[in-house]
Amino acid sequence: MPTPTPTPSAGDVLLLVGTVKGAFIFSANEERKKWEMSGPHFPGESVYALAYDERGGRRRTLAATRSFHWGSTIRLSDDYGASWTGPERQTVRFPEDSGLSLVQVWQIIPGPTSDPDRLWAGVEPAALFESRDGGESWEPVEGLLKHEHRPRWQPGGGGLCLHTIVPMSDDHQRMLIAISTAGNYRTDDGGRTWRPRNDGVRAVFLPNQYPEFGQCVHKVVNHPSKPERLFLQNHWGLYRSDDAGDSWTDVANGVPSDFGFAMQMHPHDTDTVYIVPMQSDEFRCTPEAKMRVYRTRDAGASWEPLTNGLPQQDAFETVVRDALTADTHDRAGIYFGTRSGKVYASSDDGDSWSTIADALPSITCVKAFVVGRSGAEA
Amino acid sequence: MAVSVVLPRALLTYSRGSSTLELESRCRTVADALAELGRRWPAVLDRVVTEQGDVREHVNIFVGEESIRFATGLTTPVRDGDTIMIVAAVSGG
Repeated sequence: MPTPTPTPSAGDVLLLVGTVKGAFIFSANEERKKWEMSGPHFPGESVYALAYDERGGRRRTLAATRSFHWGSTIRLSDDYGASWTGPERQTVRFPEDSGLSLVQVWQIIPGPTSDPDRLWAGVEPAALFESRDGGESWEPVEGLLKHEHRPRWQPGGGGLCLHTIVPMSDDHQRMLIAISTAGNYRTDDGGRTWRPRNDGVRAVFLPNQYPEFGQCVHKVVNHPSKPERLFLQNHWGLYRSDDAGDSWTDVANGVPSDFGFAMQMHPHDTDTVYIVPMQSDEFRCTPEAKMRVYRTRDAGASWEPLTNGLPQQDAFETVVRDALTADTHDRAGIYFGTRSGKVYASSDDGDSWSTIADALPSITCVKAFVVGRSGAEA
Repeated sequence: MAVSVVLPRALLTYSRGSSTLELESRCRTVADALAELGRRWPAVLDRVVTEQGDVREHVNIFVGEESIRFATGLTTPVRDGDTIMIVAAVSGG
């Protein structure tokens, strides 16, 4: 069923789109005007995490698939989706003595370029897995698996999932992860110990609205050149941290709602971040039925709506936490997908938009990569 | 006599195309049969049960015409000549 897979050249953009019914791979040259699509890959299976990894000379696409009946796994392709590994055994497995069973993988993040075989995966129930062989095999990070807070972590609407992994150092010693609903945890010792980092982040659904942990963080981003500065889209709340998550400051300045899921860092500007506000936790659609991406260019001091090319009436859209992304071209491509199956793309930092797909299955994640950029993930 | 395990089409990739496994070893329960299945085709067993050995939520196992959910689960007894059928539940999204 899948249509021909891409054979991209250096500088081309790969846009990986996960849906509840399979994955789609879009490709275009640097102009990003004409897109080719292949897919569905894994028809009928949901795909909540996708990644592309060029480190170590690979050209590897990773896909987290979940069969409604037969479980979840991570599949690999070294030919842009022309073929995928089985795999025979399910490679992401909880140890028997944990009492836990994998529901699905929510996030796949390649490690630092200096360590090209290392990747991380965030899963449900909330845990972090690590691969040291390019994604062929995975082991749980024990320090988080056995965290003393685990019995008190509560699932959010999407389940108890570790959905965000933010590397913060080239030696993979410092990293922040986010769990719904446990909040942020940071390790400074390569995963052996983890401390909650939620000071100032609100939990509107708890009697104590500023607990040590228990927040429903939706997404956290940073820029590799300024890793200690973090931006956070919360379940109500938009925050920035300038101290690696030790404290958080509200930066919801001029947005129609500080509720939302998706957040994306600009690939080159450490002050520029993109979000897609949702009206409320009860409605979870675009405010005023207008499809607007908001951009800050001053680290959250102000936000501007980006609307050129996006529908501004009767647009009841939802964009989930991993469905907003950027490529790494000088004039960045910004992309997002909606629950209604539309993919919007900008090739000018978000100033203008066009539709590159309008009838896919419900979109769960969108990831963009420039081929030949040495594994630089957007 | 032996116990037969019949697999759904979706799992034939993991059983080298075989749709039926004849278990010659002595099996007293469904759990015994699944353990033998796992020794022969571990990739099949991965798809049928979780890491904790629980039958996946949307998978049904029948002994004859009886679902083990309405019997005694994995301790449901099997006898020589029984057929164990593994099927995808009628569910989806």
